Formats: sequence, C-alpha cells, structure tokens
Amino acid sequence: MVVRQPLTPTEQPLVQLRGIRKRFGSHEVLRGVDLDVDTGQVLCLVGASGSGKSTLLRCINHLERPDAGRVLVGGELVGYVERDGRLHELPESRIRAQRAGIGMVFQHFNLFPHLTVLENVVTAPMRVLGYSRSAAEATAHDLLARVGLAPKVDAYPRSLSGGQQQRVAIARGLAMRPRLMLFDEPTSALDPELVGEVLDVMRGLAADGMTMIVVTHEMGFAREVASQVAFMSEGLIVEQGPPQDLLVAPRHERTRAFLSKVL
Amino acid sequence: MTVLPANTTRDEDSDVVVPRRRPWRWVGTVVSVLIVAAVANSFLTNPNYQWDVVATYLFDPRILDGLLTTLQLTVVSMVLASALGLLLAVMRLSRGRLPRGAAGVYIWLFRGTPVLVQLILWYNLAILVPSVSIGIPFGPTLFSAQTNTIITPWTAAILGLALNEAAYLGEIIRSGIVSVDRGQTEAANALGLSRVDTFRRIVLPQALRVTVPPASNEAIGLLKYSSVVSVIALPELLYSGQLIYARTYETIPVLLVVCIWYLVVVTLLTLLEHWLERRLGVGFRTGAGGDANPRKGRWARWWSGNH
Ligand SMILES: Nc1ncnc2c1ncn2[C@@H]1O[C@H](COP(=O)(O)OP(=O)(O)O)[C@@H](O)[C@H]1O
Ligand SMILES: [Mg+2]
Repeated sequence: MVVRQPLTPTEQPLVQLRGIRKRFGSHEVLRGVDLDVDTGQVLCLVGASGSGKSTLLRCINHLERPDAGRVLVGGELVGYVERDGRLHELPESRIRAQRAGIGMVFQHFNLFPHLTVLENVVTAPMRVLGYSRSAAEATAHDLLARVGLAPKVDAYPRSLSGGQQQRVAIARGLAMRPRLMLFDEPTSALDPELVGEVLDVMRGLAADGMTMIVVTHEMGFAREVASQVAFMSEGLIVEQGPPQDLLVAPRHERTRAFLSKVL
Repeated sequence: MTVLPANTTRDEDSDVVVPRRRPWRWVGTVVSVLIVAAVANSFLTNPNYQWDVVATYLFDPRILDGLLTTLQLTVVSMVLASALGLLLAVMRLSRGRLPRGAAGVYIWLFRGTPVLVQLILWYNLAILVPSVSIGIPFGPTLFSAQTNTIITPWTAAILGLALNEAAYLGEIIRSGIVSVDRGQTEAANALGLSRVDTFRRIVLPQALRVTVPPASNEAIGLLKYSSVVSVIALPELLYSGQLIYARTYETIPVLLVVCIWYLVVVTLLTLLEHWLERRLGVGFRTGAGGDANPRKGRWARWWSGNH
C-alpha cells in the first residue's frame, strides 16, 4: 500500500494538468495544456473537431501517454512516479488501479454486446475491486434504477436504444465508485429525441456533486450545468471561464468564431 | 389530399397486399424434385450398389474400429490445434517482434508444406533425431528416450494433423480477434480490467463468435483428411474399408458404408456448430433476439467468469 501525501492545502484541485504535450507523428495534437478542475466542479470542454479534446481526455486516465507534462488526480501523478527528478512510467497494474477510480463514457457507448446490461455493470467491480457478486449486483441494481433502466437489467445492449445504451454506460462507469467522470461527446451519436434523457442523468450526477469533465457540443447543457467552460483550439486551451462569461462575452477571436457557429 | 374519382372510392383499412408472383421458384422446385427422384431411383433400384452388402458391413467391427480411430484423431487433433492456434494468434498480434516472427514462421512452414510429407517426417523422426532428451541446456538431463519408443503411428498422426491444423486455426482466430471493435478494449482498459481479463472476458468471446463457422469447416475438413494417416499404416475409417475391399473386391458397397459414417459424423458436427453459433451469438442478433432469456444469461455469466 502506498501512503498518499496528505493534501495539506484543503482546496487543492482534484485534477491538475501541467504542460501536457502529445504528438502523433509530425502532428502536435496537444501543445502544452494547463487545466485545473476542483472537486465537485463540472468542466465543459468545447472546441472544433480535431482540436485535441478527446486526446486530452484520454491523457487524464493514461489511455494516451503524454509526451510531456504532468497529470495529477487527487494530488497523485497519473501513469508515472517521480524518482531522482525523472518521471518513470508505472507498472501496468498501478496504472489500472488509477484508471479504476476515473470513469469514462464514450461517444459510441462501447458496451460489451455479448453481456447483459447487468453483467456489463458488475464485471469490473467484481474483477477489479473484488466485490462479491451479490454486492456488485446490489450496487448495479441501484445505479440502473437511478438511470431509469431497472426493467432492462437482463436485456442485451443491442436491443436497447442509443439513449438507453449510453445510460447503461454511465451506470457501468459509476459502479466503480469513481471520484472523477470523463465524458467524450456522450450525446453526439444519439438521435435528437434521445439526447435529453442522457443529459438529464448527467445533470443529476452534477447535482450530486460528481466531478466531471465533459466534451460536448450541447451549449445549453454547458450554460446550465457547467461551473467552468474551456475552449480548445489547435491543441491549446485558448480561453476558460464560467459559462455566463465565456459563452456570452468571449474575449478571444477564435472563441467568438466557434460560438457563432454552434450557438 | 388528392381527390379520388368517384368510381375508385377505397376503404384504406381493407387494402389487401398481393405478393409479387415468383414463377422461377416453381420452375426450380419442379426441376429439383425431378433430379432428386431420378437419383433416388438409381440408388434404390440399381443392383450394382449392393445394398445388402452395405447392410452387412455397416456395423462390421473393423469399420467401427476405424470410425473410432477417425473420431479420436479428429477430436484430439482439433483440441490440441485449437489451443496451439489460440497461442499462435496471440503471438501474431503481440507487440514483441520475436513472438510475432516465430508464429509467422511456424504458420508459413506448416501451411506451406503438404500434410502427407509432414506425417511421414514425424513418423520417421528417428532417422533425423535418434533420441530425445529434455533438460537444462548444457546442464543436467531431466528426461531422455529413444525417438522410436515415443513415435508410434498414433503419436505421429496426432503430431502431423494437430501441428498442421494449428497453423490454419491460428489465422482464423487471429482474424476473429482483429474483427472485434477497438472500442471494446478501450472501454475495458478505462474500467481498469487487467489484460488477461480484457482478453478472456471481453475480446475472446466476441472473436470466437465469428470464428465458429470457419473453424467448423476446418473440423469437417480435418475429419476427412485425417484419412491421410493411412500412409503411416494407421487404420482409420477409410483405410479400414480399403483393407476390407482389397480382399473381397466389394469396392462400391464398402465405400458406401464409409461415406454413410462420414455423413453421420458431419451431421453431428454441423449440429454442434449451430449450437455454438447460437450460444456465442447471444446479444448480437438485432430485434427481438436480444431480449432477456435466463438460460442465455447463464451462458453470458460463464463467459464473464463471475458465477
Ligand atoms: N491515435 C492517433 N493517431 C494519429 N492521429 C491521431 C490519433 N488520435 C487522434 N489523432 C489526431 O489528433 C487530432 C486531434 O484529435 P482528437 O483529440 O480526437 O480531436 P477532437 O476530439 O477535438 O475532435 C486529430 O487531427 C486526429 O486526427
Ligand atoms: Mg473527439
């Protein structure tokens, strides 16, 4: 067991990104991103397609390995350990333990199609956290009821609508009792009439105090739920602020150009 | 709303749909029935088939022994080949250059040479390697034996068939694994599942679903080409038949007996294939098929390993 440093300044941000850089071949996708997210905050990440939002999100749970910079969640370096002034990549088991505390919801749901809704939700808590089947199922039933899918526990994902599948995916993430939830365009693959039911679930989560980073094009959701909105362009966070400032009176030219297209 | 002429008033609730006529279907049916009748007539009335002789050999102990040998060869080879094929598939997909290269060379070698030659080489291994020993290289020997005592026709046949088949199954399983969406691994990683769990519980079950039809083809092929082991004097089904008609000259009826048994086994294998396809396909059929069924749920639970 690793003894964690006590978080002396009590209001240390839950997520701290410092100088994150990532390149694919010759293309530098992230060019030194700094970002703080406080516990209980909802940060909406907006920006044009290809600006690096997904890559940034994937760096936070080390699905993508940054080329430079630091990711700290709860004051703990993600993916690395610092020894004699250098960052050494952690063994896979440690990285997996860190990921287990960070939920992630994908644009295309990525539910496991060969498992029932219930199995989708209980597999990771049982295999990763060592829950007993009865404990995992009890949690799963609670969460599925909370996202309004109690009658669908024994259904297979393919028989559900997109909105229902995404709600199962949220329940699957929550079953790991994460302290942070990452959402990558959770409603972009949905028919318009199904967007609302997913946003409702996310709104409920925010109200319960979950810390969330949400990549989205739903400006209505951002305005209503976000504590902060960050605008990303060409691998950098160009502007950040509370929604009433950033969405209403953007200071940066690029933010204005982007918002004029999506609002 | 368009106004209909008075003489064509219609009641929309009573519209009747008339299916399109399909005259070629009828032609096809008539032709098929005629062909089947002609063939059946020839089978049943032509005395050269000697159905009475077929009946006497159908349960002949030599034939049944041969059938048992064929079944054992097929099942044992297929089981070993599946295990080795899975290993080869994983090696081919691994990041390490050495395992990838080794598996590639293996597949190249075993797919590239005739099984017949492989069998003869295994059977005559003693000529190439007189004795086999297992031990620490340049250290003590843990086990040693004369090659001739290990290589019997039976072990040579299993080695030849299984090692060859593994090359084919390896490629089939690999293509199944590759066909699974990358998002599946990604979601499993994000949940913190280990590599073994991700492969065994998430990727493999989905890969096997698409692997079943081609692998069943392989099993049926193996059942029949296992008759090549007659070159090393192992009497499986076909060879047992040949031994009989070499003396009695009842070639056609004995071969009919052999075919009947092959057909029986292939039928059973096909049933097994359908059953596997249905089980592994749970959750993949669109529409009503995806709905709850407690029996299917148990199977899914078995795959997820959380009994
Ligand atoms: N695995 C990858 N390999 C190569 N290029 C990638 C990869 N992932 C993303 N990219 C590129 O990085 C850029 C940013 O992608 P992404 O983070 O998905 O942007 P966004 O989510 O804002 O649309 C895009 O140009 C994309 O083509
Ligand atoms: Mg994206």
